[in-house]
Amino acid sequence: MSFEQIIFYIFSAILVAAAVGVITVRNPVHAALFLVMCFITTSALWLLLEAEFLAITLVLVYVGAVMVLFLFVVMMLDINIAKMREGFTGYLPLGALVAGGTIAVMWYVANNDYFNLTNMPPPERLAADASNTRMLGEQLYTTYVYPFEIAAVILLLAIVAAITLTLRHRTGTRYQKIDQQVRVKRDERVRMVKMESEERK
Amino acid sequence: MIALSDYLTVGAILFGLSMAGVFINRKNVIILLMCIELMLLAVNINFIAFSYFLGDSAGQVFVFFILTVAAAEAAIGLAILVVLFRNRRTINVAELDSLKG
Repeated sequence: MSFEQIIFYIFSAILVAAAVGVITVRNPVHAALFLVMCFITTSALWLLLEAEFLAITLVLVYVGAVMVLFLFVVMMLDINIAKMREGFTGYLPLGALVAGGTIAVMWYVANNDYFNLTNMPPPERLAADASNTRMLGEQLYTTYVYPFEIAAVILLLAIVAAITLTLRHRTGTRYQKIDQQVRVKRDERVRMVKMESEERK
Repeated sequence: MIALSDYLTVGAILFGLSMAGVFINRKNVIILLMCIELMLLAVNINFIAFSYFLGDSAGQVFVFFILTVAAAEAAIGLAILVVLFRNRRTINVAELDSLKG
């Protein structure tokens, strides 16, 4: 067994075990941490497939941002875990049946003669100075530049949507209204009063 | 050497497990969102494996876009979850029945 195969099987085993952990553990915080483990082992598999940029993006964006968001929400909400687990064992046979069926069908498709080593041999390893980031960037900024812009708009949309959904205006609290302060005119603040001069008594 | 079918099998197992997770954790919306993330991860493994074995970089570009959309989906989904919990004090799917006729 070659070194690559050892790496592949170790990380695949950890990945599957962590995925089982995500769907079975009692505590949502533990589920989120198991999901972090899934992402890290998957990025190791992607390094074997010479997708270095996406592997490190998975760690930075998912483990660094999305999973922190998940953990933040899980810890912020006060959830009754015991109540959430009702019916867990009741649906277990159905879940196992669906998962087993899906895996069996996909296994049958994946392990036919088309995808084995003789019909689809792995390509030669790239040179040590080959840049996966440059290759991906050249594709993104030429052929796929229009979808790339749309992806940027989708991210902007996600920012605006998330903020407007969770923004809450409390009535009754006193805070600075900066826009009104900036827009204020002289007439609203200063009142000129004309009066006769008076003699000091 | 690792064959393409090995990577496809890992993706299939991961997808099947996340589908089982949707079935057995059907009360907790947070776990459901995590299962959706796992499904997208399984699909991405298949994309990158095909991209490597076919020598076509378009698969990696697609994974890039899937990661973008999945991040946006997670952000909006969690925002909806927070608003839901603020209004109903629960995220149990069975109790979210105010639209019932």
